[in-house]
Amino acid sequence: MTETNVHHHQFDVVIVGAGGAGMRAAIEAAPKANTAVITKLYPTRSHTGAAQGGMAAALANVEEDNWEWHTFDTIKGGDYLVDQDAAEILAKEAIDAVIDLENMGLPFNRTPEGKIDQRRFGGHTRDHGKAPVRRACYAADRTGHMILQTLFQNCVRLGVNFFNEYYALDLIMSEVDGTQVPAGIVALELATGEIHVFHAKAITFATGGFGKIYKTTSNAHTLTGDGVGIVWRKKLPLEDIEFFQFHPTGLAGLGILLTEGARGEGAILRNASGERFMERYAPTIKDLAPRDIVARCMVQEVREGRGAGPYQDYVLLDCTHLGAEVLETKLPDITEFARTYLGIDPVVEPVPVMPTAHYAMGGIPTNNNAEVLSDNDTIVPGLYAAGECACVSVHGANRLGTNSLLDINVFGKRSGNNAAEYVKTAEFPPLPEHPEKFVVDMLQSFRDATGTESVAAIRKALQETMDANAQVFRTDETLAQVSKDIHGLRQRFANVSIHDKGKRFNTDLLEAVELGFLLDIAEVVVYAARNRKESRGGHMREDFPNRDDENYLKHTMAYLTGDPHSPDPADHIKLDWKPVVIQGYQPMERKY
Amino acid sequence: MSNDVIEATPEAPVAPQAFTVTLNIRRYDPDSGEEAHWQAFDVDVFPTDRILDALHKIKWEQDGSLTFRRSCAHGVCGSDAMRINGRNRLACKTLLKDLDLAQPIYVEAIKGLPLEKDLVVDMEPFFASYREVQPFLQAHSVPPKDKERIQSVADRARFDDTTKCILCAACTSSCPVFWTDGQYFGPAAIVNAHRFIFDSRDDEAKVRLDILNDKEGVWRCRTTFNCTEACPRGIQITAAIAEVKQAIIRGHR
Ligand SMILES: Cc1cc2nc3c(=O)[nH]c(=O)nc-3n(C[C@H](O)[C@H](O)[C@H](O)COP(=O)(O)OP(=O)(O)OC[C@H]3O[C@@H](n4cnc5c(N)ncnc54)[C@H](O)[C@@H]3O)c2cc1C
Ligand code: SF4
Ligand code: FES
Repeated sequence: MTETNVHHHQFDVVIVGAGGAGMRAAIEAAPKANTAVITKLYPTRSHTGAAQGGMAAALANVEEDNWEWHTFDTIKGGDYLVDQDAAEILAKEAIDAVIDLENMGLPFNRTPEGKIDQRRFGGHTRDHGKAPVRRACYAADRTGHMILQTLFQNCVRLGVNFFNEYYALDLIMSEVDGTQVPAGIVALELATGEIHVFHAKAITFATGGFGKIYKTTSNAHTLTGDGVGIVWRKKLPLEDIEFFQFHPTGLAGLGILLTEGARGEGAILRNASGERFMERYAPTIKDLAPRDIVARCMVQEVREGRGAGPYQDYVLLDCTHLGAEVLETKLPDITEFARTYLGIDPVVEPVPVMPTAHYAMGGIPTNNNAEVLSDNDTIVPGLYAAGECACVSVHGANRLGTNSLLDINVFGKRSGNNAAEYVKTAEFPPLPEHPEKFVVDMLQSFRDATGTESVAAIRKALQETMDANAQVFRTDETLAQVSKDIHGLRQRFANVSIHDKGKRFNTDLLEAVELGFLLDIAEVVVYAARNRKESRGGHMREDFPNRDDENYLKHTMAYLTGDPHSPDPADHIKLDWKPVVIQGYQPMERKY
Repeated sequence: MSNDVIEATPEAPVAPQAFTVTLNIRRYDPDSGEEAHWQAFDVDVFPTDRILDALHKIKWEQDGSLTFRRSCAHGVCGSDAMRINGRNRLACKTLLKDLDLAQPIYVEAIKGLPLEKDLVVDMEPFFASYREVQPFLQAHSVPPKDKERIQSVADRARFDDTTKCILCAACTSSCPVFWTDGQYFGPAAIVNAHRFIFDSRDDEAKVRLDILNDKEGVWRCRTTFNCTEACPRGIQITAAIAEVKQAIIRGHR
């Protein structure tokens, strides 16, 4: 502990993460309160920049639409596990969120009248499911890139204080008047290896998802769920963590995403014999059914022997009839991905695709003000979460495409505003004497470790067992297997060592820390998945193939209660339930 | 799942063969006090692997201290620009089969920015130039209440190319002018200025044109086209710089 330099900072608001959610929060908070943004990546490297297809808002620029239809689609798309008050906020505030971005400079594609253009996307419909509607505002197939750039540009304009390549590794909680409140963040500065303590009145987590628990994923290498893991270790709950979205169209074998916007523009999924199989499963909206449904149908086709390719292990996304013009102007990036990574030109050949782990519906529970909850209804004053790491819940059991770029803007903004408001009257909570101790000890123990196991091998084994056993289809048997595997991997993890013992830019060390988060999160994902004995949205239990509203129309709330190293998760994870907010929409069978 | 399928298919076609390549990587460890030096690694790869995959294999299986930045792994985040066989590219967008495998492969950090460790450079000077050109919309008109500003399809298309930039620095760090004069704004900053100068909604083109008329501005560009060749997003950088030069001469957008 003695050799590590510890730097101290004080800010009213500390935002962890500089993706869409973090920067949208910063744009609100920075002008009103002394704000810092801590981010392990340069802001423009955040994975929001990878988002392609669009951001939903019922602008009705190209055809009739309204926010009530959008609310309904969000709830139905989420298989009724969506909190309906939150969905209404999302759909209503969508319109301002898009206009805000345009006014900030975002170069959306335009209609012939010069308005923001809109395209179709899965599960977004006219008048409660009658037909697909054009609701997704987009900028070619790099909408996320444009959002990330625009938000970063506006942060530059406002002179936001970024701490780039600082890894937040711990949240410090203190007791004030008998209540636990956040008091600071402990972070490692990548360039120097030194430790920074950020004393804060309010803290916002905007650390994104954790797709790297899976092998085949559209997520970046850096999406290791650090924020979710930090909060979990603080014994704060996680909500609906078993719900993970598998996006239908990942490049086969690679997982790189091809946006649903392709199908929005008319691309068609076909099996080996060229059949448009979605017609059989979702006769009304076919290829534009929500992702959970399309992903299952694809796997079903492959399982039943109708897959394409030498191993019959994928299906085909046929864009050939769209023509070079549409592909080059509306879908240029994905056209290039197929060319670069598979050597296939979508203009003339269908593209091999299979589902890819894409989006975490669950996460840190918040209320509609982005305030973090410590149980079903108690807020943690001063602690906020927004974006993919949070669960409001607006996505329920299955997020609709284009609703996440929306979520990060709507709830990112809310978190920033509310944090800035909160710090006006809040005091700095006291910090413990050595707030950095946990982090310094953890890093030191990795540096000192002389074990025989490698981080990369354990991570690979974790990702493989998650793909094999906790993917699109799950059963108690597969989940029991992966649960056992995770425990074994945890034991191996206790015996790792790292090569790089240096201080500066020690990414070897950070990969070890990140693996710790991945193991923790994978375990709770699997444990909650075993407990939910029904099929809903992204969570498909083959041994319980139906939705069971009587017993499971409720959110999972998972709590860490004991030593995560004990072999049986039941010894250290407690699962509880939280009611779903139902306002006007009674659960119905989900047909498309 | 795909594994099961492979086993279940009796006459499965032959999978592509792995082969061994040698990657010569320029190593630098600031803690060691040693000069930068080349180190060779033999690594088993498939033709369709990316250079990034090969670097990961080395880091994960041979030498954990090998240090580089990466995130998205498919060419959209701009983390992993490096010099591969003397050319700036993204490691995640460079497939082995597209390199001349008869020759050894050389991988080193991009030039012109301070070297920090192995393939990592200090990006701060690069972002400082970017910030100088006021890379944000400055529109003085009040937008219609609760509505977007109107922009025609043609006006939107005018600056489309330069909106693609991912700030990877491949261009700036391939520019011979930048190598010898670190004060030069560099192509990436000009690209990002172009993005706003030619946006019909923006009212401060003049300010940016003045900034770029500076002695470290566009006139230092000698049109060597290195930047355009390096850009992983296919941006016509040299053309964009030329458009900015013409606008300076015209005195307006
Ligand atoms: C390929 C792809 C395409 C998509 N397309 C769409 C689409 O078309 N429409 C749509 O609505 N949604 C889409 N999504 C989903 C959407 O893009 C994401 O859910 C959303 O962008 C997440 O934003 P975020 O701000 O929560 O997180 P991110 O953008 O992932 O940002 C996370 C931030 O947290 C920081 N961070 C993480 N850990 C730490 C730590 N320990 N310390 C400090 N900082 C940390 C990172 O540096 C980063 O800045 C897509 C997703 C993917 C992967
Ligand atoms: S212009 Fe191209 S090469 Fe230069 S920073 Fe942008 S994306 Fe990279
Ligand atoms: S890792 Fe993102 S551009 Fe290469």
